[in-house]
Formats: sequence, C-alpha cells, structure tokens
Amino acid sequence: MLSKPHPYQGKLIVVEGIDGSGKSTQLSLLYRWLLSRGYKAFLTEWNSSVLVRRSMRRGKKKDLLTPTTFSLLHAVDFADRLTYKIIPPLKAGMVVLADRYVYTAFARDVARNVHPDWVRAVYRFAPRPDLALYFRVPIEVSLDRLLTGRAKLKYHEAGMDLGLSRDPAESFHMFQSRVLEEYDRLVGEFGLRVIDAAGDIHSQQLLVRRLSRQVLRDYQGTVTDLAAVGVEAG
Amino acid sequence: MHGEDKAFYGHGLPNLKVGRLRGSLIVIEGTDGVGRSTQIEQLIPWLELQGYAVTNTGWTRSTLLAETINEAKAGHALTGTTFSLLYAADFADRLENNVIPALRAGFIVIADRYMYTAFARNAVMGADRQWTRDLFGCALVPDLVLYLKIDAGHLVPRVLEGKGMDYWESGMHLALGSDIFESFVRYQTRLTREYNRLAREFRFTTVDARKRIDQIQGDLRRHISGYLERSRSAMAGEMPAVPTALRR
Repeated sequence: MLSKPHPYQGKLIVVEGIDGSGKSTQLSLLYRWLLSRGYKAFLTEWNSSVLVRRSMRRGKKKDLLTPTTFSLLHAVDFADRLTYKIIPPLKAGMVVLADRYVYTAFARDVARNVHPDWVRAVYRFAPRPDLALYFRVPIEVSLDRLLTGRAKLKYHEAGMDLGLSRDPAESFHMFQSRVLEEYDRLVGEFGLRVIDAAGDIHSQQLLVRRLSRQVLRDYQGTVTDLAAVGVEAG
Repeated sequence: MHGEDKAFYGHGLPNLKVGRLRGSLIVIEGTDGVGRSTQIEQLIPWLELQGYAVTNTGWTRSTLLAETINEAKAGHALTGTTFSLLYAADFADRLENNVIPALRAGFIVIADRYMYTAFARNAVMGADRQWTRDLFGCALVPDLVLYLKIDAGHLVPRVLEGKGMDYWESGMHLALGSDIFESFVRYQTRLTREYNRLAREFRFTTVDARKRIDQIQGDLRRHISGYLERSRSAMAGEMPAVPTALRR
C-alpha cells in the first residue's frame, strides 16, 4: 500500500522525471555501483510488456485510446510488473531499482485530465518506495537531449493525442509543462527527493549514492526468512 | 432516458461531458451460465419491433482488449489485481467508444454484465472492495439493472446442459478444491451471495431465474415496458402542455 512503509526485507528505490531528464543514466550508474559493493540489486523498467503491447498497438493505430484506457493499460502493465519483477525480489531482500513508478502515472495521466483522486486510487496496491528520486529538468533541456538522441518525438510522449498543437515540439512543450507541474505537486505529497537534473552527471550520481546509502543503512541482506513465508527450515 | 440526466458512478471520464444522453442503459446482471445472453437475444428483436433502436455490449468484448484478455485467461499467469485492471480497461473502452456514443444517438443499450460483476468476483477473491469500486468510478449509472437471480443448486443443471463447467467459472483459480464440480458449487454459492448483496445495495430489479426461459423473458419484458412507460411520462411531464383550445 502506497500509504504506509512496505513490510518487505528488501529496499525499493525508484527514479522519476520526464523523458530526457537523465534518470535512466543515473539509475544504471547506481545499479553498477551497488553490484560492485556486493549488493544483490535488481533493475526494472516501466515499458510495455508483452501483455498489453498488442492492445497498445491496436489502440494507437485505430486511435481508440482515451486518457482513461491509456491510464488503465499502463496500470495493467504495472500490476504485472509488480507481481513478477518487484515484489519477489523485495521479499527476497534485494535492492530493487525501478525506472519510473506510480508517480509517472500520477503526473502523466493527470496531465491528460484524468482525475487525480481516481488515478491515486487505481494504484493504491503499490508498495511505497524507500526512496523516490525526482530528476527535475527544464523542458528545453529535456527536448534538446531527446532531439539529439533520436530524430523524432514519440506521439504520446509529446501529448499529441490531446490535440494541443500540430507541431510535435510545441505539443511536447505544452504537454510536458503540465507533467512537470504535476510532478512538482507530487514532491510534497509523496516526499520525492528532488535532484537538479540540469547539473552535471557526476555530481548528480554522487548525490544519488549518498541518498541511497542512507536508505541502505539498515539493510538486512538476502537470506530469505523462511519463517516469514511459513516454511520450516529443512 | 427521455429527459433524465445521466450520472457517473464516481469521478467519471475526463474530457467528456455526458450532459443529456437521450438513450437508455439497461443492464442484465447475473452469474455465469444463468442465461443472460439467451434472454438478451430475445429482448433485442422484441424492442426493435416496438420501434426502438437497440445495441448491445458485453463484458470483455472491447476492440481494444478482447484478445489480450483471452490470451491472459489462457495463460493463467495473472493475479486478481491485474485481471481487475484489464476488465476495467475493457469496460472503459466500451463505455467511451460504444455505449456513450449510442446513448447520445438515442439508442437503448443493453449491457450483458456491468461493473457489478467485477464487484462480485473481486469480493469473492478477497480483494479490497473499495479499491474495485474506485476503479469503476468512470462508470455511468445505468437506468435499469435487471438481475437474474439464481442459486448454485439450480445453476448446476443449466450450466451442464449449456457449455459445461469451465476453469474460471468454477473458481478453480481460487483453489477451492481439486474437484471441478465441488469447486463450481462452492464458488458460485459465494458469488451469488455477493450478487444478492449488491442487488440490495444498488437496488437491482430482481427476476427469479429459476423459472423457465420463456417465463424469465416475460418477466424481463414486463420490467422493461414499465421502465419505458415511466420514462415516457417523465418526458411528457417536461413538455409544455398543449392548450386545450388548440386540441382537436
């Protein structure tokens, strides 16, 4: 439950931010560092799983997706990822690193006019992370990074479905401004730790490691507590 | 229909004002194998002969998700939470792309199952009741809910005469027992108990589904006629009366 600390032996660290904020880069650097320090770490990303890929594709092709179904399909994906990729390693005492978490839905779906209370209720089953890092970046910086990396902006990432503007860059600007506004709201509501993502990569990573170390202070390791599962040791 | 404003069950749908949807949303609820689709097949031509435009919609029939749900059910790999979300997505897709446009055009929409099915199933699975209800906050409140009420004992022969007991409808996913017959009876007993509870809470119009098919059809028609009659007079009440002097 998002409203209270999770009961699992492991630790959950999540990164949030708009596309081009550099959060994935930071998370993979953290991942390698954790492994080098002897932690059992597990990295998971939020992108379309096999489960909903077909529906997503169909929805996009036939223009069937609405803010509500878009939101629910992502929730399906999240629930599935939680079941298989997040909860088991957490129970096993691993350090789970999640690239995007429920806050992505709270920011992105509400920017599409989905009711904020509804989307929060939908994701109520999600465990609360031990650390949620929000990489805040001005839109110009993110747009610049995205356009150098790949030539085209994605349709939904630019919020083209909302009909804000026919120009993808302009639409991206308008839509992601709303997303940023929502993220700023979430910082206080859910205690996200803000990281200035316009700064240089190295100093951001040092901060990420420092914050992670604090969370891992009482880390218990990965020996599965069989009694907690109700099994007697052989 | 006919002058009554529709309402959402919860927070509703973004970017959409329901305003006055002229059509009627009639829901047929009831457990697996109770005979909902047989009854609906007979209701549609009956309504059409009276001059109503009718369309129907059913659980997991959305363009967006029908295939995904079938695959997921075949895989037996999803948890209750994931399934609930899939069903909610299916529901929302049909609502936005079929039901609401048809209601706007003045159709009678007959829905084979509605959100109450998810409420009942999830409750039996032990899911958080409030969570399921919040999930379906996008639902439109139906104009009439006709509930085909039956008990597991009367249901068994009907299901066996029909398509037989299947994995999901027997609640095998809940591991209530390894014997499909016993599991079916246990699961459907719990499910119908849950439907009965919902019938009281949401004031369903209950129809005794232990009767013969033609008798059930007769009861359904009586209730639908009554509803249509009431909404016609509600509509007439809103119209300015024609002055007596002008009447012929």
